Amino acid sequence: MKVKMWGVRGSIASPGPKTVRYGGNTTCIEVRSDDDSLIILDAGTGIFPLAQTLLARLPVTANIFITHTHWDHIQGLPFFVPLYIPGNKVRIHGAYDIVSMQGIQQVMDVQMQYSYFPIREAELKAGIEYETLTVGQPVSIGDATVTPVLMNHPVTDLGYRVESNGKAMFFTGDHEPWLNIYKPEDSEYADYQGMMDLRQAELQAAIGKVDLLVCDSAYTMAEYPPKIGWGHGTFDHAFAMAQQVGAKRLVCTHHEPTRSDDDLEKVFAEALSRHPGLPFEVMLAREGLEIEL
Amino acid sequence: MSQLTPELERKLMTAVERMPAFPKSVQSILEMTRNINCLPKDLVGVIEKDPVMTMKILRVINSAYYGLPSKIASVGQSVVYLGINTIKNLALSFAAVGILPRFSTTGFDIQRYLLHSLTVAAVARILCEKYARAELDPTDCYIAGLLHDFGKVVFAQFMSVEFMKALASAADFEKPLYLAEQEHIGADHAYVGALLAKRWQFADSLVECIRDHHKEDVEPTAMGDCLRMADIICRKHAFGDAGNPWREEELTRIPARFGDDFEAIVAKVGSLEKIVEDAQSFAQIGTERAA
Ligand SMILES: [Zn+2]
Ligand SMILES: [Zn+2]
Repeated sequence: MKVKMWGVRGSIASPGPKTVRYGGNTTCIEVRSDDDSLIILDAGTGIFPLAQTLLARLPVTANIFITHTHWDHIQGLPFFVPLYIPGNKVRIHGAYDIVSMQGIQQVMDVQMQYSYFPIREAELKAGIEYETLTVGQPVSIGDATVTPVLMNHPVTDLGYRVESNGKAMFFTGDHEPWLNIYKPEDSEYADYQGMMDLRQAELQAAIGKVDLLVCDSAYTMAEYPPKIGWGHGTFDHAFAMAQQVGAKRLVCTHHEPTRSDDDLEKVFAEALSRHPGLPFEVMLAREGLEIEL
Repeated sequence: MSQLTPELERKLMTAVERMPAFPKSVQSILEMTRNINCLPKDLVGVIEKDPVMTMKILRVINSAYYGLPSKIASVGQSVVYLGINTIKNLALSFAAVGILPRFSTTGFDIQRYLLHSLTVAAVARILCEKYARAELDPTDCYIAGLLHDFGKVVFAQFMSVEFMKALASAADFEKPLYLAEQEHIGADHAYVGALLAKRWQFADSLVECIRDHHKEDVEPTAMGDCLRMADIICRKHAFGDAGNPWREEELTRIPARFGDDFEAIVAKVGSLEKIVEDAQSFAQIGTERAA
């Protein structure tokens, strides 16, 4: 299985001289299983350069898995060129939205309205299918299986475990560790804590053993307090999660859009210096990073 | 009891989809959600006092898509699974459906129903803490109390003529309300409430607790006992009777686990005043007591 990062920036695309080394595109990860099945995790702006590479070999069969429908994870979808070419097959997977009571097909409906995009969904020429996923229920893609796991974010967010011939990776999408909404002196505190601990244990069990963990690490510890509840974690949270699930390798992603390459390396080094001897390999996500499992 | 006709069952299901929430919770939720710094626990506190909101939230969250390992039984637990932002937006969408009329046409006072549900819920939670802590989560008892009479709201909104007849014969002390409902509607509120809870995939223990809460000879359960005892305490003290007037003979039906000294049980629950005050301010109801 091969994993390639096409977009590693959080929230909004941030091109420019200061982000040239790590890249300014928003979230998109290409996963190729051993039989070369194409799995794309998220459709941020990084899916556009990925799409260019696919055009050399038509027809394309692409399986897109959307972690959640915030803009930075779907914005590249209407620019996924294979959608416009007859003969291609694109299957888009994602979560059920409990508030709008709609499945993942709304990810296109919403973006391709007349005032916002010049092409109507009906004009897309590829064979497009939508699959609204059930948490915990694996989907087979060639010789790989993709299992959706419920994460913690201000909208339903699915992390994905991708497994192929004994190798496995997990991508969190956007995720923040659970936080007790009560104060220790509140009578509900202990109950809520118990439920959070249970969730954490469920999450660890669902992620399982992985060779690679790609984890939301948007903030530093110092930046985090005013951003509690925004749905993102810190480098330290990512280290802890990798340790809990016994990951062999950790890639930290969803970089803060205002962070320059130099600053990114600086804050990463600072976080690492506080955690000497981590029992796994750890690195920053950057556009073009390829990892073979 | 005879089964509901498919037509009646369908009518009840759609009825509850369209059920509006309570005025106080809608008002509070609109206010709170305008403030970006609103505390999640305050929002949960408001939502869990409104049976309609609670029922609807638990229903959608227990839907198949989330494949949750166990049934979600409380608003707090829903927040752990889907996050406060999603629960907030769900509550807002339910708030937008509208507000229950203060008095529905049947003569069934919706605010007094709410007062009854809230006090029974709070007392059931305390009873569980004091008498059955090892057997189940007190929050489950709170939810059981909040929802046990939900079938009555459905009757009041959507089968008002028949329900009015049932209320009238219960008010004349002819018979308990649930028997009058069976006679005039063909099903009682316990049966209908359980039917909805089951259809909405609530935990079996809650479904059975709602279904059996007026049955004479059922196997006692911790949740059922706490609910019955809470109902007895609240109706004896006239904290809202939801259309089912108190009868002294009910004192003989105290579940065995509590012993038979009624005053001792009440003393163990502690101050009922705070519970009633809380419930009254939420139900938006004065301090006048039921006749
Ligand atoms: Zn994001
Ligand atoms: Zn997001």
